[in-house]
Amino acid sequence: MNPDIQSVLAAIDGIVLGKPREVRLTLACVLARGHLLIEDVPGVGKTTLAHAFARVLGLAFHRIQFTSDLLPADIIGVSVYDREQGRFDFHPGPVFSQVVLADEVNRATPKAQSALLEAMEEQQVTVDGQTRALPAPFFVIATQNPSNQVGTYPLPESQLDRFLMRIHLGYPDAKAERALLGGETRRSLIEATTPVLDTARLLTLQTAARAVHAAPALLDYVQALLTHSRQSPAFGSGLSPRAGLSLLAAARAWALIEGRNAVLPEDIQAVLPGVAGHRLTPPDGAVSGGDTLVRRLVDDVAVP
Amino acid sequence: MASDKRAGRDRVVTLSPDRVTGLTASLALVLAPHAARIPLWMAILAAAAMILRTWLAWRGQRLPRTWMLAVLTLFAALGTWMSYGVIFGRDAAVALLILMLCLKLMEMRDTRDAMVLVFLAYFTVITNFLYSQSIPMGAYLLGCVWTITANLLATQRAGRPRVTGLLRESAVLLAQAAPLMLVLFLLFPRVQGPLWALPQAGAGGLSGLSDAMSPGSLSSLSLSDAVAFRVELGANPPKADTLYWRGPVLWDFDGRTWRAPGNDLVGQAELEIGGTPIRQTITLEAHDMRWLFALDVPGGAPTSSYLTLDLQLRAARPVRERMRYEVTSFPSYRLARYEVPGLLERALHLPPSFNPRSRQLAESWREEGLAPEQLVQRALAMFREQPFVYTLTPPVAAGHAVDDFLFVTRRGFCEHYAAAFAFLMRAAGVPTRIVTGYQGGTLNPVGKYLVVRQSDAHAWAEVWVEGRGWIRVDPTAAVSPLRIERGAAAALPGVGAVPLLGRVDNDWIKDLRFAMDMVANGWNQWVLDYSPERQMNMMSRFAGGHVSWRGISTALVAATGIIVAILALIALRRTRSAPADPAWLLWQAFSLKLAKHGVARALNEGPQAFAIRASAALPGHANAIRAIAALYARLRYEAHSGPEDLANLERAIRSLRLD
Repeated sequence: MNPDIQSVLAAIDGIVLGKPREVRLTLACVLARGHLLIEDVPGVGKTTLAHAFARVLGLAFHRIQFTSDLLPADIIGVSVYDREQGRFDFHPGPVFSQVVLADEVNRATPKAQSALLEAMEEQQVTVDGQTRALPAPFFVIATQNPSNQVGTYPLPESQLDRFLMRIHLGYPDAKAERALLGGETRRSLIEATTPVLDTARLLTLQTAARAVHAAPALLDYVQALLTHSRQSPAFGSGLSPRAGLSLLAAARAWALIEGRNAVLPEDIQAVLPGVAGHRLTPPDGAVSGGDTLVRRLVDDVAVP
Repeated sequence: MASDKRAGRDRVVTLSPDRVTGLTASLALVLAPHAARIPLWMAILAAAAMILRTWLAWRGQRLPRTWMLAVLTLFAALGTWMSYGVIFGRDAAVALLILMLCLKLMEMRDTRDAMVLVFLAYFTVITNFLYSQSIPMGAYLLGCVWTITANLLATQRAGRPRVTGLLRESAVLLAQAAPLMLVLFLLFPRVQGPLWALPQAGAGGLSGLSDAMSPGSLSSLSLSDAVAFRVELGANPPKADTLYWRGPVLWDFDGRTWRAPGNDLVGQAELEIGGTPIRQTITLEAHDMRWLFALDVPGGAPTSSYLTLDLQLRAARPVRERMRYEVTSFPSYRLARYEVPGLLERALHLPPSFNPRSRQLAESWREEGLAPEQLVQRALAMFREQPFVYTLTPPVAAGHAVDDFLFVTRRGFCEHYAAAFAFLMRAAGVPTRIVTGYQGGTLNPVGKYLVVRQSDAHAWAEVWVEGRGWIRVDPTAAVSPLRIERGAAAALPGVGAVPLLGRVDNDWIKDLRFAMDMVANGWNQWVLDYSPERQMNMMSRFAGGHVSWRGISTALVAATGIIVAILALIALRRTRSAPADPAWLLWQAFSLKLAKHGVARALNEGPQAFAIRASAALPGHANAIRAIAALYARLRYEAHSGPEDLANLERAIRSLRLD
């Protein structure tokens, strides 16, 4: 395994207790240059996860709390007239950062949501006709309350597609919970942690993830999964070509984390719940969760 | 909670307008042949329901409420009852089915409803066969099944599949089913009688001779091109002018109508036969009457029928389905030289006070003291010498029909001549009866058989002469010899009323017509009349010996299995068109080896996951298993691997001894 990855994981596992799988999925998301959506109830450590990643990877971190009165300008920034200089000065918003935590993204209005989502998609923002690039590793972790809670604007399916993965954190197990209760506060732990990587080394890792080999046999498997999701009556709308690309990118990053230079079907299966869970919809009239659908997809398609 | 309940009762429409339109169009195709058979209001209602449902789908409007549908259903049932008097039986049940189907459209909301409708549509296809089993109808309904199957496929697809794609796939499915269909048709044990013969499906719409003859009854029949029967004659068919196909014999005259006796004249006819026997194999179309036809005169009766005293062939039951029988006839004969006196009296009876002029004429002949043969000649000479005209469109006769015909109009069809002749003979004291049937027929040079159509219907007379018995006299032949020699079409040139097919002179049209009739005959003989006996005969001929039902059943299972296996192989080959990866083949062998020891690889299990599970299950071989999985993963998924890896993998798998 790559020593950089090993030490990153060790550092984060020390802060985010008992969630090794979620931590690795998050790292895969970073390495695949995607963005992450965490869907869970408040207080399970979403902020801690985001903060720890920013710290350990040596990246600048900003947090935006989404509320119902949040405006696009609150995210991307605003031009203010400078009376002394006689010109407009752009005050960059919190989105100009390397790791952005968009907390409770479904509490804001669709207008504010789309400001963030456009920045994610384009890697740049345009204010007053001027386009400004966002910093190079740019990683958004959005959190979302389960949408049956009151006063939320659930992200539409087309917007969900912009997130490479969606994961759930869930409650810690008993051992992790005891360690959490007995230990220091997470905030002080994060502050005490020194960065393991810097921007340049992270970019190198991202490039390495892209170079992981995907053999024709593996592409066959990915195609079989996509075709099945489109043709089987068990699914409403199938996986898009973009979903296929995302699946492959995430699987490459996962293989890199696992210390391999080629993608195995197991890598695809490992990232599939995160990548496909929010993209698969049940057929007309049926009600079943994304995770059930993903399990069904994995079960139904043979590894060629 | 309340809103949940409501949602359950009034489900949301999730079917896309495309699917609704496709299904409705398909249904319209299936129901189209029924449109002319059901009352007009029903056809309009059904069409309106289909149009409305499509419109609602495209406009995204909500469907009618349940209580409205309930009321409509009640009205539909009531309307059916008012139109037919019943709500069961073939016609009423089909009409009710159509109405309910169109109402079902109104509550078609999701895929499940669509499936229900698809299967109802398949069922409705079958109801069309209750009315027609012709080749064009079969082809049309095959087209319907094609579109319904495309709809069925659409219910299994996500998104908006292309119509052309669905139709193509549906055609492929039907083509794949065709060999199975053929095998099941040929080998599945047949039931006796045609599948479609319902008790109600009898008389309606069948044309043919009846047991009564009045002016105009035969000439209306001769407008019909419908086939009465087909005959296979032996090597030397008799000449056309001797082809008298004997049918009902009419004895009783009430002044206007000639009738057959209400009860059969049962008894053994006194018959002396001679000449070359003529063997005929006749395929008679259903006509819902009990008589069969044979050349004049039949020497015996086929099975399950009998000969009456006046030589009618009678079947035990009305002929409600096409039947095939063999009969032998004799061209020269002497019939009933010593006829029962009571019958002779019956053959002389005339109602009083009808046709006084004709009666007067006949009596004047009798007073001349002529012998019966001379009386016959006298009457025929009258027809020949006076300006009588043979025509399909005679003027309508008034009260004294025979007088009118003989002395005023002098225009008539065969029934006029036969009836007038018989009247004159009876009035002159010669026992006479009328025989109806067919005369002539068209030889189909393609199929080498004779087709007798309704337009060949004919009537002639038989007079009884002491010492000679009943003698056939055809007065029409005296007026129009052409009719007897060459058929009605030749005798009536340029008359618009003769059926279209009877008039054509064009050779290629004639050839086409013969070919079409042969195809229709083959369809009747081999498809519609494919009876248990025929099936057994064919199988026996095929096997070169007697076959049992068990043998046929075994053949059925075997043939079905072989066809399915072939189709499966083709499908399999198509999915595996790329040459298999040798590493993958070795991996399969390895998986098989482990599966024999209780560790079966799941189809969705990758090499690493399987290696972990297998080495846990077989800890003694953990290292070997891991090594094999790693080698396979490298060969199959990594960028760089060499032939030595493949050799290593093969060696490792071969040397793995699990026992």
